[in-house]
Amino acid sequence: MSTTLPFAQTETRVNYLNVEYGWKSWLFTTDHKRIALLYLFSITAFFFVGGAFAVGMRLNLLTPDGMFDHDTYNKLFTMHGVVMVFFFLVPSIPATLGNFLVPLMIGARDLAFPRINLLSWYLYIIGSIIALTAIVEGGVDTGWTFYAPFSSTYSNSNVIVSALGVFISGFSSILTGLNFIVTIHTMRAPGMTWNRLPLFVWGHYATSLIQVLGTPVIAITLVLLMLERLFHAGIFDPRVGGDPVLFQHLFWFYSHPAVYIMILPGMAVVSEIVCCFSRKGIFGYTFVAISSIAIAVLGFLVWGHHLFVAGQSLYASMMFSFLSFLVAIPSAIKVFNWTATIYRGSVTYETPMLYAFGFIGLFTMGGLTGLFLATMAVDVHVTDTYFVIAHFHYVMVGGMVMAYLGGIHFWFPKITGRMYPEGWARFAALVVFVGFNLTFFPQFLLGYQGMPRRYAHYPPEFQVLNVMSTAGASILALGYLLPMIYLTWSWRKGPLASQNPWNAKGLEWEQAATPPPTFNFDHQPVVTEPAYNYSGVEREVHLGS
Amino acid sequence: MAHSEATLVASNSNLRHHFDDTAQQFESSTLGMWVFLVTEIMFFGGMFGAYTVYRQLYPDAFASTSRFMNVTIGAINTAVLICSSFTMVLAVRSAQLGKKKALILFLVATLILGCVFLGVKYTEYHEKWIDHHIPGPYFQYADSRYFHQAQILFFLYFAMTGMHAIHMIVGAGLLTTLIVMAARDRFSSAWYTPVEMIGLYWHFVDIVWIFLFPLLYLIGHTK
Repeated sequence: MSTTLPFAQTETRVNYLNVEYGWKSWLFTTDHKRIALLYLFSITAFFFVGGAFAVGMRLNLLTPDGMFDHDTYNKLFTMHGVVMVFFFLVPSIPATLGNFLVPLMIGARDLAFPRINLLSWYLYIIGSIIALTAIVEGGVDTGWTFYAPFSSTYSNSNVIVSALGVFISGFSSILTGLNFIVTIHTMRAPGMTWNRLPLFVWGHYATSLIQVLGTPVIAITLVLLMLERLFHAGIFDPRVGGDPVLFQHLFWFYSHPAVYIMILPGMAVVSEIVCCFSRKGIFGYTFVAISSIAIAVLGFLVWGHHLFVAGQSLYASMMFSFLSFLVAIPSAIKVFNWTATIYRGSVTYETPMLYAFGFIGLFTMGGLTGLFLATMAVDVHVTDTYFVIAHFHYVMVGGMVMAYLGGIHFWFPKITGRMYPEGWARFAALVVFVGFNLTFFPQFLLGYQGMPRRYAHYPPEFQVLNVMSTAGASILALGYLLPMIYLTWSWRKGPLASQNPWNAKGLEWEQAATPPPTFNFDHQPVVTEPAYNYSGVEREVHLGS
Repeated sequence: MAHSEATLVASNSNLRHHFDDTAQQFESSTLGMWVFLVTEIMFFGGMFGAYTVYRQLYPDAFASTSRFMNVTIGAINTAVLICSSFTMVLAVRSAQLGKKKALILFLVATLILGCVFLGVKYTEYHEKWIDHHIPGPYFQYADSRYFHQAQILFFLYFAMTGMHAIHMIVGAGLLTTLIVMAARDRFSSAWYTPVEMIGLYWHFVDIVWIFLFPLLYLIGHTK
């Protein structure tokens, strides 16, 4: 679709978009920026596919008796989860903004393995086509968690095809992570020391560690699931001595760290936006950077908090509960340091900053309710209720999707060379914030009152809150459609952007043209100052003023 | 940058455009390969984890299954793989020294040893097929007490050795590619990165077998 955009008419400078035209120049490109756009269009499509399933669920929950039968509803929430987690959230920021920006931010010409980068997109597409096949053939009804033995023995839906799609797209995630780790280690420009890395890069480094260490485990778990479904050896079947909890352990060993794949890049984006629109260096750079790594490391030690009611040993549960509380520390460090950065900054309220504010508030709520769930006694009360749904949507939608939209707006001028209409964008940010809270806050109340997740029908006393939630979802959908419309319009018709429209710091703004040329920089950048040197003044002096 | 790029590309056709020099490129390739091997460890780790759990749960059943594993054939295959690792090391050394004939010779030797392993593995699988030790509706087990538990062990046996065999087949394909590249004079003592990287991969696959052999074949023979 981008090949028809009229860049040549308005711009004479050669950049990565107008250097070549035609579908071959896109499908066989090894330019990290073009691959980022391929990912952007693909995951946007999947966002709306996953969103369509959510619309179906919210419509069903308007009335206590629902409009779909149980089997259909089971498929709706399963495919909503599978599409949103594996085909939107996991690749969202890393594969688009990360792919585009990591080389630019560290002053490299490309990622270390450009062809592997392209391969990762093709794996994503193959995986997603297989998953779509499963959807078209009638869908899958196991929940996105594929819990055995339902998935391995009893479900009559397309489990193998769906699992195969997730399995293949997992390798795209692994390859992206591998590429980032190697690039960040070996391709930094002269002077770009680890202590000068933008926090965006630190966040993606931590994310990549999880992708590389966690994703292979879900891959083998899904292989075992598929084999079990084919041969019925009973490895996850308790009737013959198999252990279904083992499946849950293996599944969450990846899927809990994967939750951090779905939030660390958002934190990475917010760190950039907050500094830029506060006109201040980040407060406590080292702590924010190391907290990303700490979240990644601790994230591998907490998976058992998904198994508090699954028959896990009490002592294991106590350890997992304690470790889950520990994750709050690096997360809180980030929130406190962002607020300390904003404090006494010259704050302006451009659209990306509005999304960043939204992120900080909503992530805080999502994180704090996570502590409720890490508390074993409370967790027993709210396990598998809408409280859990609300909690992780506050983190993943209120957090990650907010950050994603904020990042898309922040770097839109760099990516496209055009500006978007600020008024519409601020309005959309407000709509998203209001719609999001109206959708998901009632779900905290529903869950606390005991409404279980994954049921098509519910007792009539829950209807008021469910109607509120569905109304909020309609507003939220509008909030997501608006940027689709005005960003698409801006890409064609928006006013041309200068090289650095926000006066932001960072190599991608200060040293690369807008849009960047294929090899990113006209001259090898050399870094001589720390990241976010907005004042040019030492931070201590700034704080003392 | 543009001018330096042109001269670099002219001086070394193996240096890709986005690297400054061959040292940086080699460092990236090596790190990338090691990170990939870490992902492989995690991949097999999931199965080793499952093995550990079930062996802890059903130690007697697991020990009884090793009576049906052919230790002699397993030991021969272990020796074959260790030899193939040795020839792979010699191949990398020959590449470093720029000895084309020796490089091709040792790569072919490694490939042959890999194929011997796969051939032996095939006969073992065939034996299991005859004995109805393939998990599924036709599974049979001599000791009826352990029927279900032994089936889980054989499931893990086929999953683990099957994944290992798939890695061997991929490795054989990579070795074939290396042999063709070497025959076409693509390698020199200045640039032999693929030989070294695929060498790392080959050693990794061998090491997985070094763990599989005792865990699957030898556990029942300690008592």
